[in-house]
Amino acid sequence: MSGPLTIFDKPNSYIGRTVPRADARRLLQGRGKFVDDIQLPRMLHAAFVRSDVAHGKIISINTATAKTMPGVKAVFTGTDFVDVVEPYIGVLSHLAGLRSAPQMPIATDVARWQGEPVAMVIASTRAIAEDAAELVEVEIEPLDAATNMELALEPETPVIHKDLGSNLAWERVVEAGDTEAAFARNDVTTVERRFRFGRHTGVTLEARAAVADYDPSEETLTFSYSGQAPHMMQFIFAKHLGLLEENVRVVSQDVGGSFGIKIHTYGDEIATAAASKLLGRPIKFVADRMESFLTDIHARDHLVDGKIAVREDGKIVALAFDDVTGIGPYSMYPRTSAIEANQVLNLTGAPYRIENYRAQSKVVFQNKNLMCQYRAVGHPIAMAIADGLLEDAAAEIGMDPVEMRRRNLIPDDAYPTTSFSGMKFDDLSHHRTLDRLVAAVGYDARRQEHAKLREQGIYRGLGLVSMVEVTNPSPMFYGVGGAPIASQDGATVRLDAGGGVHVSSSVTEQGQGTNAILAQIVAGVFGVPIERVKVTTGDTRTTPYGGGTWASRGAGIGGEAALQAAYALKEQVLDVASVILQSSADKLDIDAGDVVDAGTKTERISLSDLARTVYYRGNELPSDLKPELVATRHYRVTDFPFVFTNGAMAAEIELDVETGFVKVLNFWAVEDCGRVINPQLVDEQVRGGVVQGIGGALYEECLYSEDGQFLNATMADYLVPMAFEMPDIHVEHVETPTKTSVLGAKGAGEAGTGGAPAAVMNAVNDVLRHMGTSIHQMPMTPERVLKALGKV
Amino acid sequence: MKAPDFRYTRPVTMAEALALLGDEENEASPLAGGQSLVPMMNFRMAQPEILVDLGALKELRGIENADGGLRIGAMTRYAELAASKLVSERAPLVAMALPHIAHAAIRNRGTIGGSVALADPAAEMPAVLQALDARIELVSASGTRTVPASEFFLGMYETALEEGELVAAILLGPVAAERRFGFHELARRHGDYAMAGVTASATARPDGTFVDWRIAHFSVADCAVRATGAEAALEGAKPTDAEALEAAKEALSEIDFSADLNASAKTKRHLAGVVMTRALEGM
Amino acid sequence: MQETRTITLTVNGETISEAVPNRLNLIDFLRGTLGLTGSHVGCEHGVCGACTLEVDGAMVRGCLIFAVQADGSQITTIEGLAEDGRSAALREAFIQRNALQCGYCTPGMLASALEYVESGGAADRSAIREHISGNYCRCTGYQAVVEAVCDVIEGRVST
Repeated sequence: MSGPLTIFDKPNSYIGRTVPRADARRLLQGRGKFVDDIQLPRMLHAAFVRSDVAHGKIISINTATAKTMPGVKAVFTGTDFVDVVEPYIGVLSHLAGLRSAPQMPIATDVARWQGEPVAMVIASTRAIAEDAAELVEVEIEPLDAATNMELALEPETPVIHKDLGSNLAWERVVEAGDTEAAFARNDVTTVERRFRFGRHTGVTLEARAAVADYDPSEETLTFSYSGQAPHMMQFIFAKHLGLLEENVRVVSQDVGGSFGIKIHTYGDEIATAAASKLLGRPIKFVADRMESFLTDIHARDHLVDGKIAVREDGKIVALAFDDVTGIGPYSMYPRTSAIEANQVLNLTGAPYRIENYRAQSKVVFQNKNLMCQYRAVGHPIAMAIADGLLEDAAAEIGMDPVEMRRRNLIPDDAYPTTSFSGMKFDDLSHHRTLDRLVAAVGYDARRQEHAKLREQGIYRGLGLVSMVEVTNPSPMFYGVGGAPIASQDGATVRLDAGGGVHVSSSVTEQGQGTNAILAQIVAGVFGVPIERVKVTTGDTRTTPYGGGTWASRGAGIGGEAALQAAYALKEQVLDVASVILQSSADKLDIDAGDVVDAGTKTERISLSDLARTVYYRGNELPSDLKPELVATRHYRVTDFPFVFTNGAMAAEIELDVETGFVKVLNFWAVEDCGRVINPQLVDEQVRGGVVQGIGGALYEECLYSEDGQFLNATMADYLVPMAFEMPDIHVEHVETPTKTSVLGAKGAGEAGTGGAPAAVMNAVNDVLRHMGTSIHQMPMTPERVLKALGKV
Repeated sequence: MKAPDFRYTRPVTMAEALALLGDEENEASPLAGGQSLVPMMNFRMAQPEILVDLGALKELRGIENADGGLRIGAMTRYAELAASKLVSERAPLVAMALPHIAHAAIRNRGTIGGSVALADPAAEMPAVLQALDARIELVSASGTRTVPASEFFLGMYETALEEGELVAAILLGPVAAERRFGFHELARRHGDYAMAGVTASATARPDGTFVDWRIAHFSVADCAVRATGAEAALEGAKPTDAEALEAAKEALSEIDFSADLNASAKTKRHLAGVVMTRALEGM
Repeated sequence: MQETRTITLTVNGETISEAVPNRLNLIDFLRGTLGLTGSHVGCEHGVCGACTLEVDGAMVRGCLIFAVQADGSQITTIEGLAEDGRSAALREAFIQRNALQCGYCTPGMLASALEYVESGGAADRSAIREHISGNYCRCTGYQAVVEAVCDVIEGRVST
């Protein structure tokens, strides 16, 4: 390669290196700052009385006894908030036709899911608040519940919101080519499957938590919460509590995992802020684990009838499916609950060239907890449909599934291109990632080994997935539809008097290492040792305006803003230096904390000398020099609605045919997330994501009874992946930087969760196929596998 | 999720403890390791008026030689059992089960007596003790009695314990050198309550056949349950004898299988046979 | 109305006497009363392991012990493990391997890992996974934790 060295080629650049995270040190010494760690003077604690039925008319709520309990400050019911909180409706204009009903933080007339708040107790301790909550007498007349999403639109099913006339929230059809004609061709083999995806939830180890502190003297609300989108919440509190937006400060310090759970408008959190406004005292609400299961958003829960038509040469001729998903009784505000279905429609089959495509989704209301965006929104479903059908079709026509992929994946030299569903793609590498994957797996040898073992009664299977991941969303994701959700992010980079650099960014940290990569980018671009970079995130008062961290956008968007700001600061510093040193800016550079001669790298002036000159001894500078040692830049994706990451993954499993137990033996992931800023952090994102995906494939499911009772709302009964059952995960990278930014980084946070379920399902079916059966329901529990095998 | 209020006592003599537990005026609950009771209190599913903490009662602790067998104090922790040479030598089946009981931090606190008194249908110990023909020593203000394990576990969380009575110790007889043991459970995740599990013991004869079988399943029915039909079918057979094994599996239909979140009764029935086969393979 | 009892115990080497409500569990006592917020609450029913800490030399669930039961005990929290240097090698290994992301499980995970290392556990990946199988981590996928424990046992970490 010729041409000038870029920042990425510098030998001492931090970008592209594994650099330990500064945050790790304090978290390992118990010095994290999580919301429940906050104790404020005169702080009160909230507990909620929640509906114990899925659907019921509130006849009466008697709070008299509860209010007299010593230590109880107040008991509120839904009607107490009618004049305090403006109702919210989870619809967006770009999701044409999406409907929902106005929602209040506490139910006022009808409770519509088990767990919906019906009363709120404020007391001096959480324990006392819970004591009093037991004394609130709630009379709810049970109504027939609409729980089964498959029956939601049937005439005998009760309509949850009478004003809407039916339980249909949204529907959309995506159509390309002529699928009917394609499936009717006589040179194709058609494979049809019914897929069921269970309801999951995020199970963040730190539950949702908030401390609302309303100061009536200034009419200000400070809301510390465990969340991902401070500025979005600032807007929501201002609008729905009738406050000036600048009087609302939302702070999000250490967050104990989020995964999309902590980015929504939860009634109990809104009520906590409203109660603080009514009482003028700080109030803490920390969801307990039962509340988390009952009210943290759920996801997935799709029933899909899909089919694929392939030619003898392996070419996919058509793909079609009908999807139905139940989202609970409301569309979640403000992101809505239609996005997952929309992603399924947009992303299914997206890695492949398919001319004929028809996909339909119906999003329906039901009396269960609300569903919304959770890590890898829609991806696990989309990938499982397409790659599940693909591998089954490959078996049907007797072709190796890798070969079949090679014949259908969009060629690596075909970009930019547009998918059949209208997605604009650029800088993807499906073939290269697949080739790397095949090599990493030792594909042919492993297949042969499996065949041998099968003869000995050891049943191992291999399953693959080729995938795309939506990352770095542009305003086309939410903003276009009217949501108060920024797609741009900002970074302010400031040179301090001591020569250190302070970065303030609107993206947030929930453990991904956002703070670390911001420091790496700024240290690398600006030219200081990374120890000299301090990062602030998660505070609407002190950071630039932006969207926060979701949809794998922290590095790609927040990182680019930091990069641009660091470049700008560098330019400003060199302008000042050129005056002090009587040189010109283009002859100077910054390296390791000093302004240096660009050619020889010899030190000319240290950054601290320069900063102190500017800050303390301005008399030494010419009066017409107006030095600025702080720069802010914002960045958004403009050329594309999203920047896609791609990857290929494989799972190797062993199936115990007597018990139905599936053990994941090995997992491989080859990711192309563009420029890798910190390889270790990306690897760990992928690993954590894969394990979350294995959870969805094998373990996790929110079980409801027919009348809408959540049956497994404890951590003993809702099975998350634990260490013993999980495999080691081999991660490799292909790097195709996105051309939409200088940094070239795409997101990496969701690929594992999006791809792993399809890979594991395909691996299980690789075994079951030899026994003349298959399974397309997740989680693939032992009992379901035994049923597929006809053993029970 | 905070426990409701309660009165707390930590008696230092058995007499004091038994008087508290025997007082009909109070709804007193003994607190052993607390690894099951405290979660239930946090969920407010258990709301005792008085907790009688047994932690200070030395009489309830310790693993002792008893006529060539063992006397295990009810307050002996799983971790203590795991560390005990006496246990691994004289009660290998107990040792086999221990790693499957929850996780290290729970075993550091949970007690054998607490598990026995609770009689969770999915717990290992009730089945282990049945396969070992253990006796449970019960104590109350009016005296001490012993009950065979096979008569102690009566149903879901239901035991032969009477009001005011406490599990004092587990009594295990001496183990003959020819006695063999088997254990197998299927838990979806390590340390979880099993989908199905089994414990077995039998005496090996020189010709390779086994007699005097004790087989007890757990996590398949309302409580840990002896599979007497299976025992009979295997009597005098080798554990790997396909025909006897088939008959033993057939005989499992005597068990009143009950469903849980992970498995229907039918699946439990199937898995009970699988775990039995696998436990026997190891004997 | 809440029944209380005065307890005396040693926390991270310091003797403490406090009147506590009977129903206050140990983790809430340490976090709320003493301000030792390093240990975390995750599920309050003993499954997630976030509140794992040391009581009288054994790692236990802080949510399944009432503070009154800990009267007379010696307790070491994540803060104590940092101060007395016992966790130094593991902490360094966790940093090098990025064996933590959000850090919420970390105090409990570190406690369980430390118990394994101090009890002379081998660098056996399956055994390590078994020992930490009661500590839920949603972020890492556990592999980095296993690597970190192996690094310490095999002497690959210097502090």
